[in-house]
Amino acid sequence: MNYFPDEVIEHVFDFITSHKDRNAVSLVCKSWYKIERMSRQIVFIGNCYAISPEGVIARFPELKSLTLKGKPHFADFNLVPHDWGGILYPWIEAFAKSRVGLEELRLKRMVVSDESLELLSKSFVNFKALVLVSCEGFSTDGLAAVAANCRFLRELDLQENEVEDHRGHWISRFPESCTSLVSLNLACLKGEINLSALERLVARSPNLKSLRLSRAVPLDALQKILMRAPQLVDLGTGSFVHDPASDAYNKLKATILKCKSIKSLSGFLEVAPRCLSAIHPICHNLTSLNLSYAPGIHGNDLIKLIQHCRKLERLWILDCIGDKGLGIVASTCKELQELRVFPSDPYGVGNAAVTEEGLVAISAGCPKLHSLLYFCQQMTNAALITVAKNCSNFTRFRLCILDPTRPDPVTMQPLDEGFGAIVQSCKRLRRLSLSGLLTDRVFLYIGMYAEQLEMLSIAFAGDSDKGMLYVLNGCKKLRKLEIRDSPFGDTALLTDVGKYETMRSLWMSSCEVTLGGCKTLAKNRPMLNVEIINEDDQIDFSSDDRQKVGKMYLYRTLVGPRKDAPEFVWTLSRRWVGTDLVKQHNSNSSKFLTMAGQEKSQKSQGWSKNPVPSGWNCHNIGVLSKNYCTRIIGYEDLKGTMA
Amino acid sequence: MQGGLGLVGVGGGGGGKGGGSANESTVSKVEKDYDHHPAESDELELGLGLSLGGGKSKGSAWGECGRILTAKDFPSAVSGTKRAADSVSHEGGSPPSISQVVGWPPIRAYRMNSLVNQAKAPRSEEEKVGSDKEKSKDNLKKKICNGNKTNSMFNEKGHLGFVKVNIDGLPIGRKVDLNAHACYETLAQTLEEMFFSSTPTINSIGLGAEKKDSAAKTSKLLDGSSEFVLTYEDKEGDWMLVGDVPWGMFLCSVKRLRIMRTSEANGLGPIFQERNEKQKAKPV
Repeated sequence: MNYFPDEVIEHVFDFITSHKDRNAVSLVCKSWYKIERMSRQIVFIGNCYAISPEGVIARFPELKSLTLKGKPHFADFNLVPHDWGGILYPWIEAFAKSRVGLEELRLKRMVVSDESLELLSKSFVNFKALVLVSCEGFSTDGLAAVAANCRFLRELDLQENEVEDHRGHWISRFPESCTSLVSLNLACLKGEINLSALERLVARSPNLKSLRLSRAVPLDALQKILMRAPQLVDLGTGSFVHDPASDAYNKLKATILKCKSIKSLSGFLEVAPRCLSAIHPICHNLTSLNLSYAPGIHGNDLIKLIQHCRKLERLWILDCIGDKGLGIVASTCKELQELRVFPSDPYGVGNAAVTEEGLVAISAGCPKLHSLLYFCQQMTNAALITVAKNCSNFTRFRLCILDPTRPDPVTMQPLDEGFGAIVQSCKRLRRLSLSGLLTDRVFLYIGMYAEQLEMLSIAFAGDSDKGMLYVLNGCKKLRKLEIRDSPFGDTALLTDVGKYETMRSLWMSSCEVTLGGCKTLAKNRPMLNVEIINEDDQIDFSSDDRQKVGKMYLYRTLVGPRKDAPEFVWTLSRRWVGTDLVKQHNSNSSKFLTMAGQEKSQKSQGWSKNPVPSGWNCHNIGVLSKNYCTRIIGYEDLKGTMA
Repeated sequence: MQGGLGLVGVGGGGGGKGGGSANESTVSKVEKDYDHHPAESDELELGLGLSLGGGKSKGSAWGECGRILTAKDFPSAVSGTKRAADSVSHEGGSPPSISQVVGWPPIRAYRMNSLVNQAKAPRSEEEKVGSDKEKSKDNLKKKICNGNKTNSMFNEKGHLGFVKVNIDGLPIGRKVDLNAHACYETLAQTLEEMFFSSTPTINSIGLGAEKKDSAAKTSKLLDGSSEFVLTYEDKEGDWMLVGDVPWGMFLCSVKRLRIMRTSEANGLGPIFQERNEKQKAKPV
């Protein structure tokens, strides 16, 4: 029932940009669903296995910009084996085949091969922006293809990727005609770069606003590049090492003075602290400063720098700054919104650390603070309560006490009350990471108060299933829950199974969840993939259901068990046939074990006869093709012939 | 510093600390005992126990870690599903338990690798820097000493610079990671804490303050005021006094360390005095 023509509604929808809102709008009625889907150009897919590329294309044929996320978050911390999945290629292949007019691709934690980059570069004429965050699997050859073939490339943003550096002059592959670059971030590249090619590229890119260099770009090259790009707004230096008395350094100082537009500064991947004075003149304009990769800048030098940065809104820094330095930040940076303090000595119990004092000072001095990532040696309940009182605006609060089960050192109590104060005070909290000694009580608080919470990370916390249940019952907006090394078991897992279809994913590792629990969970849930990561064959699927599951990752999906799961990933799925255990091999074929039936031998090719493991009553159908339809038919055929 | 040497952190038995006087003011940065030492075998080892989460029945992740450290614990050890942070160097004596837990602390692998690589990589760019070698090494080093840091990262022993340290009077030696230090001061402080400080204390209330204090103290082992002196055996097999050559050169030639009684360091008396003067005159 539309009172307006479709075009009018479409025009109205143009103003609706948030994905959540667009999703909501598409649920109103069939007509709105259709209008919305035909007009959506920016598509966000938080889990690349929740849907197939063909499904995306079918629903959003006009898509121009795609964001895809692959591996679970804990993959960042080496908890997920290397070839778990998250492969880009099938997406590019499908999009190319359907002639999608792809212009932007943003990927996080995906495996990106050179082939996929090459196919990308050749398939989408208007391709403009490639953003890769925490990805792997590609080399500078892939980048060369992008440089050479994407004629209208505006953005090439590589953040914290593992890139194999072939040292080819891939930068030189940008044709002379390429003048459209707006953003170029090479900070994560490790190998040599053709400096003169880079300089020429910058020189012919008048729209370049953001440039982040790699470590291989020395200070004198930086100076030459900056001469060509005084209009830069965002600069990431490479190596910032030079003799402060030299000509080159003085030239740089002069050049920097011309860069009046720089608002964001990062890099210093190698730094001689005495050289930092060169940037003091531009500090007063800075809204974003990232020194978290700068090794070994002494607290005092950091303080000298920060004292100039009155407009800072975002600060990423190492804990060398110390509590004292954070006090200076608190008194200087009144506009601060986001603070990240990383440990410079993650494994040591060192001196150069920050404590609760620094955080309290920040909370008192920076009223606009809403996003925090803080690694520290210790935290007290009193401090957290004070922080909660001072700053009720937190949307993201991630606290990492380096010793993960450390209690409040003053009272020796768990940190339940402290975190409780945070969730109670910060009504807009969307993301929370906990650490320190924590009992079930903190989860009671979270369930009670954290109404907007979308993502929760738990490690070494809680006493019993009740903890997890408080969260699952209380946090209505929960989308991602990741838990490691906590005593939550089957009861917590199975109490409200329907909850998981309202969430993107659940990760549980080194908890008390058993194989039987996972099987039960998977039993009636075709919309969930329950994956067990079975490294080193720790789990024997044929025997005891009471075995603890080392790593479980479950996520909602429209497309059933994924076909590219490696050998060590077992998907428990009830979607297709009975309670199947789908084990997939690297050779693109699958083995099924079902609950019913007997051993069956097949004469046709590719079928193998394996002994039936005892105690599991399973039926080894053999090796089937990748095509699901064939698989189903195959099973149905078998059913008739089974004795 | 006490006159005698107490065994530091001997395990076994709950509640009690090992021998040695309870000198509460020397809080080692490494000793964080909240609770009693977990009951351990009768091994007599120099080491520090770390008990975490006091009495909770946690999953196996922490069960293994609250125990006396032995040589096995140092980074090359791999146990089951836990891997040691084999590429991370840390203070000899610091609790490896944290580094043995996979994925903790939760720092993106990329960032972790870059911290570590800053520790290992030879700085070819440094050659361009003038004689004022102010480059600090990596974030894993202590930042206590602010003086000139040399740039040599190479250690014949490979990327982990663990060398043996023996002290006169004790048959059992320790190991210290030279790569976790950037200057003599921090090394000497670590050794002093290893051999001369008391047993671990729970007293972490004053931890912050005390840490800062210990940073300001100059090392007695280096300035000749203690009854012990720090020596090393170099590649040629000679025993040399620690502190004469630049740090980088020292790293290249040191094979092992020995804390020797000054009285036995014959011939060093007057030389020691001289050196003492020089040391005080050096900018720190």
